[in-house]
Amino acid sequence: MTLEDFRSETRAWLEENCPPGMRTPMPDDERVWGGKNPVFKHPESKVWMERMVERGWTAPQWPREYGGGGLSRAEAAILTEEMNRISARPPLFSFGLGMLGPLLLDIGTQAEKERYLAPITRGEIRWCQGYSEPGAGSDLAGLQTRAEDKGDHYLVNGQKVWTSYAHHADWIFCLVRTDTSVKHAGISFLLFDMHSPGVEVRPIKLISGASAFCETFFDNVKVPKDQLVGEVNGGWAIAKQLLAHERAMISQLGARGGNRLPPFKDMARRYAGDANGRIADPLLRDLVARQLINDRAFESTSKRAIGSADAAAGVASMLKYYGTEQNKRKMEVIMKCAGYAGLGWEGEEFDDNDLVLCRSWLRSKGNSIEGGTSEVQLNVIAKRILGLPD
Amino acid sequence: MADQLTQQDHELLRDTAARFFGERSPLGAMRQLRDEQNEVGFDREVWREMSEMGWAGILIDEADGGVDLGYRALGTILEQSGRTLTASPLLSTVLSATPIISRAGNEAQRADTLSAVADGALMIALAHEECPRHAPHRIATRAVKNDDGYVINGKKTFVLDGHVADRLLLVARTSCEDDQREGISLFLIDNALPGIRIKRTRMVDSRNAANIRFNNVQIPAGSIIGTVGGGADILDPVLDGARAGVAAEMLGSGQEAFDITVEYLKVREQFGAPIGSFQALKHRAAEMYCEIELARSAVYAALDALDQKARDAAELVCVAKAKACDMLELVSNEAVQMHGGIGMTDEADVGLFLKRARVAQQLYGDVVFHRQRFADLIGL
Ligand SMILES: Cc1cc2nc3c(=O)[nH]c(=O)nc-3n(C[C@H](O)[C@H](O)[C@H](O)COP(=O)(O)OP(=O)(O)OC[C@H]3O[C@@H](n4cnc5c(N)ncnc54)[C@H](O)[C@@H]3O)c2cc1C
Repeated sequence: MTLEDFRSETRAWLEENCPPGMRTPMPDDERVWGGKNPVFKHPESKVWMERMVERGWTAPQWPREYGGGGLSRAEAAILTEEMNRISARPPLFSFGLGMLGPLLLDIGTQAEKERYLAPITRGEIRWCQGYSEPGAGSDLAGLQTRAEDKGDHYLVNGQKVWTSYAHHADWIFCLVRTDTSVKHAGISFLLFDMHSPGVEVRPIKLISGASAFCETFFDNVKVPKDQLVGEVNGGWAIAKQLLAHERAMISQLGARGGNRLPPFKDMARRYAGDANGRIADPLLRDLVARQLINDRAFESTSKRAIGSADAAAGVASMLKYYGTEQNKRKMEVIMKCAGYAGLGWEGEEFDDNDLVLCRSWLRSKGNSIEGGTSEVQLNVIAKRILGLPD
Repeated sequence: MADQLTQQDHELLRDTAARFFGERSPLGAMRQLRDEQNEVGFDREVWREMSEMGWAGILIDEADGGVDLGYRALGTILEQSGRTLTASPLLSTVLSATPIISRAGNEAQRADTLSAVADGALMIALAHEECPRHAPHRIATRAVKNDDGYVINGKKTFVLDGHVADRLLLVARTSCEDDQREGISLFLIDNALPGIRIKRTRMVDSRNAANIRFNNVQIPAGSIIGTVGGGADILDPVLDGARAGVAAEMLGSGQEAFDITVEYLKVREQFGAPIGSFQALKHRAAEMYCEIELARSAVYAALDALDQKARDAAELVCVAKAKACDMLELVSNEAVQMHGGIGMTDEADVGLFLKRARVAQQLYGDVVFHRQRFADLIGL
């Protein structure tokens, strides 16, 4: 099938199968995350997810045998374009799709792929990421959570923090220390069930008002030994590899905006433009245009870079750094355009778009912290790409 | 009066205000007002104590019952209130509405309000803005003359303390087109007249503002302040005072968010060292210090110029508000970023400063407005 055929077929399929309610901006609480206790707040979101699952399009580029769509990169790009064209909501959000899955496709054993991938594409298991600890954020390798070898299982003790959606997660991919005598070389990558005895989760409130991340405590949690990915003490390289996927994913948040907000240009025209959307104020016009120019350049960069065979760590860091800083700037520009209208917290004196804008602006501040801070990304670029001395 | 205050007086006032806000309305008090969704939006007892110290009458002539210490002194107090994010009628009543009556009110209006304001017993809100972005002369609310006075129709937004004030200082149009400087008139009116509908807005900084709708509201002819159609001449200098005052508050907020952050850079360790030892952060902290000091100078210069009625006061006010906006946007963003994950939590105080910052930035003109106005004023 030619790409043109693929496009028209895809367009027709989406036209027929994407429910009208799934073509509107999406409030945060209408996102579908799947899992054992899935929430479909919007009535049409369930059927939308199921239809996409059936086609393998929750994971368009994964092999069909693991529930993916088996699309080429070019086809997947067309699918994205066609979905954007009708403002289709992503059918499923998941750290499994964006982080763990791509990692296992790279380095997982056959058994691991068979066990973990398909439930991710079908939205059956919801994963969370247990990396950061109170004492180990930017210095991730300083992590202290222990996994002791007890013969037929590991015994996990310690604390994670900022664990996004741990309170809704079924499973965790977790960095643990299996050797205390060395730093990087004593880390392992462990998968386990969040419903295991000894796991305790306490949600933390964000500045945007949501409780999206948690403190996560492990008290003598027993984990079967076959749930360790890669080699014992070989977790650091795996951890970094997963981070590259995470960073690539986060870098694109601004471009798609998670579909929560109308496109930046539309918002700028609406808030700062006249009846025809023309922005007369030359200073606002300049701010908006500058932003859109950077957007275009970033879009091209993402296409060019993500396409390159091995998205090297440095490139993922560049995208993560630029994409998130760009997104934060974008939100600030919109806030300037919106004036008082963007400053509402709740209540009927503001319309929904205004309220979503304010919360999204606050939430965007985390983009340059989660997945490794901007400062860390710059350090990686300086080291890995530029070869500057430590 | 104002120019008789010595450097020492100012320092004394600063220390008094710092101690007062630190003890009587620390950040925790602001959180509490927020969390209990307090209907008043500020602490009336704290306001009573502030009034007892003369702060409510700080811009009011002694003859009218005030203490007349001037803008610099009020700026000093606002700066300290910015450190603890204290909400009070200082911004609405003292800084924005009452100076209009002080400047242009007739005998009856003065007697009716000024000493009561100075005592902390009366609150007045300036019902002015109509657009989402500060636009001082874009007034579509109409006041149409009839036999009994005027009939008001229109809608006001972002009226500070609008839902708790006893009176409204209404900016309405008696003639000309919606965006002309001419034809604007000022009225002192009761807030409970038939046809007035006041709705509190819940803002991101948890402070008070309201939307107010006027539907065929009949007001007496005697409520006009100054001349018919000559309101902008009274309003503009008062707005400049308000801009400088808000800039002073922002200076305090920026300084406090910065101090909290510098302290964190000293105690938080990663890679076996305090994160403040990393040059990437060190230099940015040093840069912020420079920006804060520039904003400080600009704010003080503007406040002094207002007290001295200097010819370039308006320009200096633009400089002060523009610098304060840039500075606070930078500092509030960096404060969160340099805290890492903890900066994104509701529990950390830096987020409170981020939220207040954007509201204060918009209030009476953001950096875009003031760059534009500055360019106009200096003849670019
Ligand atoms: C919204 C959100 C969601 C998150 N979700 C998850 C999750 O699901 N799972 C998970 O494991 N973690 C998660 N995190 C945690 C995130 O990865 C960490 O917050 C991040 O790595 C920073 O660590 P820290 O918070 O300890 O900050 P710190 O490391 O203490 O950093 C504080 C400041 O110091 C700077 N800094 C540190 N070292 C250096 C250096 N060498 N040079 C220059 N500057 C430096 C940092 O850039 C930052 O500005 C999330 C964070 C956020 C904000």
